[in-house]
Amino acid sequence: MKTIILKVASNYLLPLLLLFSVFILLRGHYEPGGGFVGGLIASIAFVLHAFANGLKTTQKFLKYHPGVAIPIGLGLSLFAGLLPMFAGLPFMKSLFFSQPLPVIGTISTALVFDIGVYLVVVGVTLTILFTISETVND
Amino acid sequence: MLVAVLSGFITAFLLAGIGRFLKGKLSFLVSLLPLVLFFYFLQFIPSIGNGDRLYSSYNWIPSMGINFDFYLDGLAMIFCLLITGIGFLIFIYASSYLKGHVYLDRFFGYLSLFMGSMLGLVLSDNLFTLFVFWELTSISSFFLIGFNNEDPASRKSALLALALTGGGGFLLLTGFVLLQNIGGSSSIQELIGSAETIRTHSFYLPLIILVFGGAFTKSAQFPFHFWLPGAMKAPTPVSAYLHSATMVKAGIYLLARFTPVLGNHSYWNNTLMVVGGLTMVFTAMHTFFRTDLKSILAYSTIAALGMLVFLIGIGTQEALIAAAVFILVHALYKAGLFLITGVIDHETGTRDITKLGGLRHVLWPLAIAGMLAALSNAGIPLTFGFLGKDLIYEATLQSASSAYILTGAAILTNILLLYAGFIAGIKPFIGNLKNEFSKVHLPSFLMWAPPLLLGVGGLLFGIFPGLVDRSIIQPAVLAMDGGTVEISLKIWHGFNLVLLLSIITITCGLLLYFLTNPSAEKEKWMSRFEPVSPHNITLKLAKLFKLWSGWYTRSLLNGHLRFYVFVIVSFLIGLLAYKLFTGVNIYIDRSQFLDLTFYELIVSLLMLVSIGITVTTDSRLTAVAAMGVIGYCICLLFVFYSAPDLAMTQFTIDTLTVVLFVLVLFKLPPFLNFTNRKSKIRDGILSVCFGGLISLIALEVLNEKVNKDISSFYGTNAYTLAKGKNVVNVILVDFRGMDTLVEITVLTIAAIGVFSLLKLKINTKGENQL
Repeated sequence: MKTIILKVASNYLLPLLLLFSVFILLRGHYEPGGGFVGGLIASIAFVLHAFANGLKTTQKFLKYHPGVAIPIGLGLSLFAGLLPMFAGLPFMKSLFFSQPLPVIGTISTALVFDIGVYLVVVGVTLTILFTISETVND
Repeated sequence: MLVAVLSGFITAFLLAGIGRFLKGKLSFLVSLLPLVLFFYFLQFIPSIGNGDRLYSSYNWIPSMGINFDFYLDGLAMIFCLLITGIGFLIFIYASSYLKGHVYLDRFFGYLSLFMGSMLGLVLSDNLFTLFVFWELTSISSFFLIGFNNEDPASRKSALLALALTGGGGFLLLTGFVLLQNIGGSSSIQELIGSAETIRTHSFYLPLIILVFGGAFTKSAQFPFHFWLPGAMKAPTPVSAYLHSATMVKAGIYLLARFTPVLGNHSYWNNTLMVVGGLTMVFTAMHTFFRTDLKSILAYSTIAALGMLVFLIGIGTQEALIAAAVFILVHALYKAGLFLITGVIDHETGTRDITKLGGLRHVLWPLAIAGMLAALSNAGIPLTFGFLGKDLIYEATLQSASSAYILTGAAILTNILLLYAGFIAGIKPFIGNLKNEFSKVHLPSFLMWAPPLLLGVGGLLFGIFPGLVDRSIIQPAVLAMDGGTVEISLKIWHGFNLVLLLSIITITCGLLLYFLTNPSAEKEKWMSRFEPVSPHNITLKLAKLFKLWSGWYTRSLLNGHLRFYVFVIVSFLIGLLAYKLFTGVNIYIDRSQFLDLTFYELIVSLLMLVSIGITVTTDSRLTAVAAMGVIGYCICLLFVFYSAPDLAMTQFTIDTLTVVLFVLVLFKLPPFLNFTNRKSKIRDGILSVCFGGLISLIALEVLNEKVNKDISSFYGTNAYTLAKGKNVVNVILVDFRGMDTLVEITVLTIAAIGVFSLLKLKINTKGENQL
């Protein structure tokens, strides 16, 4: 399914969609969005790329197996949950920086947690899709 | 105390990691653990003797009343000392017995795990922590019994023991939940306060049946006794540890511990008396027909356990004193006898009593130990066993009802136990040494010292009962009985009925021993009853269960995905329809309906058309695309009803699903017709029913009053507590963050599952290849 239009479009769409997914992830605290949807959009970006350019190209482009993102994400989420325990607070209690940072806004452990969710979703979705399509193509 | 309990677990985990690097010094280092713990508990003896109790609590799940509450009183004390003291002897004995074994580190790991679980079990004051440790003892004993894991018989025994004690544990948990509900607390000490409420509650009978279920399976009471002789497949140190002092005594401990809570009721006392009495007489008879030393010991152990259950059942103060003393007596002599048997087996290679004899010439320290143990077991004066037996007779004679029968049963059991003890402790050592055994060497000091020490202990406590009566026995009885007790054990009670009964027991036992010989013929004669034994019946039931589950699996999980969906959906329809049409008044409130808007109409029409296309199309790709359209239409509906988060997720998921389908279907052969008209109609009816039912429920829900508490809580607190304006996301990452964490873990497992299912190919040789 290597049509030239889709191929060219996907090269431009990949960074745009990724940027959009990060935007969705970050705005999740105030407006519709969040780590789960963000992760799915990022996965769509890569899947689209794979669709247009072939799986091998995308995998080469990614360098690492997408499954690598899963433990990193899980670890981040767990870390965000454990962090308050060092301050003597219960597990998963959110902590906030008192001063908001420019552009991004107030940083909290909830954000770290959501980034973890984002990574796990990307990793899981891509692992499943890539594995299935690889097996089918074999 | 938490450290004391956890030390066993910590050691076990350390051994799992670094055990193999410590081969040489391992046994020495590990043996220090029970010794240190023994002295740790020993230091509390004076304060416990004064009637103090030690209590420490660590929060675990306080919201459900489940905490690590450890409570050291007299009863826990006696068990702690046995677990650590005999534990120490077993550890050093095993280090020599299994010297050079490849998995010695693993063995000590299991043993430490088991010791830790036992300590936790006897020290827990909380019902549920007690249960956790109870199960841990079952699991660790499974590993210990099945330690020779290359022997199929050993694996089978381990599995049988686990199945029975695990099943009992399940009953026990149910009993505990019931007990907590009735008594209103999960602390045993607090439950004692509400004992009266529990005894008069209408659920008292089911409650004690459940607790008995746990205790009887663990302590091998009739008809669950058969796992214990099977468990003799374990290495001998394990048998000695599990069956003299610990694992099987856990059930006794449970009954003793709950005597002040559940006892003093005719159901409780009579059941225990009958079951205990039946067990002790029945299994003591068995010892008469066995020739394998370990088998004799196994049955005499069950008889002793039956005796303990029986004494707790009598429930008078005398009986409880007798039980407390007998626990100690039995642990000392039975551990000794097991260890001696272990040495004999280790050095001569046989445990068949008809072949053994004259070993005193070559194994003289063990001959002394064996004699001491057998004498204590027989209750010859000046041994600790003598005191124990006297107390038992006193208890049965003074029991309120049917004293003659109870005393008779106790005498009969004691005669047979005496016989069993002499066979195991004395018979292998007397007579002429056979030539084949003349080259037998005395094993290392580590193997003969422990049984000798135990034998001397039995003698020491027998001559100086003052060592234990006030310090150990009295607090233990206090914990069971509650009232004030003054115990002073005496060697000599004067000439009375009890002494007469003792003399009768000893004379009859000796006569039995000298006049009969264990022989293979007797064992053979006994085996004709095998088909009707509880053991056999259980195995047959297990076989039936296996057949049934095989049939069940084959007929329900037949590998056709469509069949699975069909079964699940039709079951769900049945369940929902039953509930809906029996319990709910169907009434659809039309006044709450909003007017259909133009957009909704368009979207609904679009959906209907797509459904039509999906069902009728001949092309797979078209069907998938039409399904995608349906998904997007649902997204639009979400948008109309202001659920943007849901719409976004649904949209992306739908996109990915379509892509996935296309990826897979692209390579599949052209559309094949797997269905016929009949099955299509059947599936159609099923889907219409399901859809109709769900719509009906959705409409019915509108009639229910909406509880706004939850949504208003999140609405008001999302910003103030979590500083987020998007309530949905705040719930996901903050309020219910734990759920999300578990969900992403589940996702990970799914990904690993897909990956390994598709990538792992098993070649024809059955080897795994990635």
